[in-house]
Amino acid sequence: MIDSLLNVAAEHADLLISLVKILLLMFIVLTVNAYLTWFERKVVAHMQSRWGPHRVGPHGLLQPLADGAKFLLKEDPTPAGVDKFTYFLAPLMALALALTSIAIIPFGPDPIRILGHDIYLGIVDLNIGILALFAITALSVYGVALAGWSSNSKYPLLGGLRSSAQMVSYELALTMSVVGVLLMAGSFSLRDIINAQAIHPERGIIGWNIFPQILGFLCFFIAAIAETNRVPFDLPEAESELVAGFHTEYASFKFAMFFIAEYTSMITVSALCAIMFFGGWLSPFPASWAFTHYLPSLILIPFGLWVIWDGIRYETIFGRIILPGLGTVITAIGAVLIVFPFINEFIQGPFWLLGKIFFFLFVYVWMRGTLPRFRYDQLMSFGWKLLLPVSLANVVITATIIMLRGH
Amino acid sequence: MIPTHYYLVLSAILFGLGVVAFIFRRNIITIFMSIELMLNAVNLAFVAFSQAWNRLDGQVFVLFVIVVAAAEAAVGLGIIILIQRNRQSLNVERVDLLKL
Amino acid sequence: MNAPLVVFFVLAAIAILGAVSLILQRHPIHSALSLIVVMVALAGLYLLMGAEFVAAVQIIVYGGAIMVLFVFVIMLLNAGVEERTNVSKMAAWAGLPLAIALMGFIAAAVASSTDRVQAAAQTGAPAPTKALAGLLFQQFVYPFELTSFLILVAILGAIVLAQREKTHP
Repeated sequence: MIDSLLNVAAEHADLLISLVKILLLMFIVLTVNAYLTWFERKVVAHMQSRWGPHRVGPHGLLQPLADGAKFLLKEDPTPAGVDKFTYFLAPLMALALALTSIAIIPFGPDPIRILGHDIYLGIVDLNIGILALFAITALSVYGVALAGWSSNSKYPLLGGLRSSAQMVSYELALTMSVVGVLLMAGSFSLRDIINAQAIHPERGIIGWNIFPQILGFLCFFIAAIAETNRVPFDLPEAESELVAGFHTEYASFKFAMFFIAEYTSMITVSALCAIMFFGGWLSPFPASWAFTHYLPSLILIPFGLWVIWDGIRYETIFGRIILPGLGTVITAIGAVLIVFPFINEFIQGPFWLLGKIFFFLFVYVWMRGTLPRFRYDQLMSFGWKLLLPVSLANVVITATIIMLRGH
Repeated sequence: MIPTHYYLVLSAILFGLGVVAFIFRRNIITIFMSIELMLNAVNLAFVAFSQAWNRLDGQVFVLFVIVVAAAEAAVGLGIIILIQRNRQSLNVERVDLLKL
Repeated sequence: MNAPLVVFFVLAAIAILGAVSLILQRHPIHSALSLIVVMVALAGLYLLMGAEFVAAVQIIVYGGAIMVLFVFVIMLLNAGVEERTNVSKMAAWAGLPLAIALMGFIAAAVASSTDRVQAAAQTGAPAPTKALAGLLFQQFVYPFELTSFLILVAILGAIVLAQREKTHP
């Protein structure tokens, strides 16, 4: 019985590996989403000289759990007169599409070898990687438009129409601003784009796409913020303007689905910025500086020690137990990296990629805490009259330079 | 490999369903969507032949068909908006001023 | 019964179900959603045939722009459920079987011509986008420029058609 099961598993090993990778990635992404909300509330609060969540667990670290419990247990009313099928479909579509886009992102260069199978980090590497991501972005307009329309209420309808018009407009600038990178890399696949930046490993940060493509990066980042409906482009879901925009009539769990979809698309966009313009998993230091391989440990060990020191003097007993424990775990991970160089080499790629993603997420949250929002007509004219011509100009300039250089 | 005529039969069925939708529905927008369905069925046939004969001309033509469908959708929907404004209805049976 | 054949039948079934749903749904927005399902299924079929760029363009342009336009117009015009007008019973009783007969005839004609259609080698390898681009910009550059002009004309036409009526001062 067990033998036949193992035989079947061995035959369909690729399928099983993909399934396990998908489940693992789904779990990691949902957890990162939850703690991204904590991070956002803490950072925005500290920028506004206040504490943010700090009661639910040490430093508010259990706040996402409390929010999750609220979303699951709150009453889920369905307003009268909604179009039932579309009302239920819209958040499903938004969430499914946002989570699907994580599958295309590669997280590390080298495969792990488990039981004789090479497992690459990242679920799939498509030949048309970037195009598939744009296809998913194009389809996610429906989540917003259908949510706004099916709610049978004027504020969601207005918010939904405005939001989907905004998303469709900025999609063009998004697509165009990436063409420069594609011309330089010669391929749509995300791994090829990173490898094209790694041709000269001794150049380190100078080989990244950010320097030739600074215009493209700015256009891409701004268009991506508009695509994900974040500040300063969040008029369609701003509280003082349209109650809550297209998700006004959605309560607990369906609202949580929109919420998760928005934060997941933030993570995807940050990952894309890191991969396409900032070298993905490449280290900014030249490859010959081997001592920089200890940078992960150099960051983790002091951070872990600081968490222990902060936890010992924390006000609640719960914090005095949890925080030092957390700090010990972090320090232990840092120590393990020094002791085992094999793991250290392997962790370099994912460490740099995750660091860059974290940096872009911080910039997203930073912008939320500082910038005021655009008015809708300013937003549309910015997208069509400034961003699109600039990204087209970037394509023309890049293509001309490549042609003159004869690449 | 999947034989080409499987794709062609599917294309024929989709085209036929598009014709049925065109004839039997009364809402102008649904009729327009059935035209898009017919165009999609034709695109499927083009790509199937492009794969059968290992040439890329079929796929290039599909790109052109998609572009033409986009232009046609833009103008067609403009006309539909005008019909709604003038006849206050989206029912084709009300757009019958030229009927005998 | 290998994996590509199973995937083909699943995607074909989804496409046909979507098309039937387009015919049978009463509200235009549900018909639009069914058409989007058909388009995504067809994009899957294009991927199965190795036409990856066409599959991506189908979803981005057809599914992400043209159908969004349809959904916008349905929302803005507040299109409701179709009303029941007096359609002649003869049309339904005679027309539907005739339509099915037409479809069956075309399908049978296609299916019986297998020997002529299965001509060259089907490699099933993904079509390189570079070759497609080379073909588009070298051999088909004249139609390409014409389609860009066509889009410009369509944009102007749509703007003029959908303008509000100007109140003459």
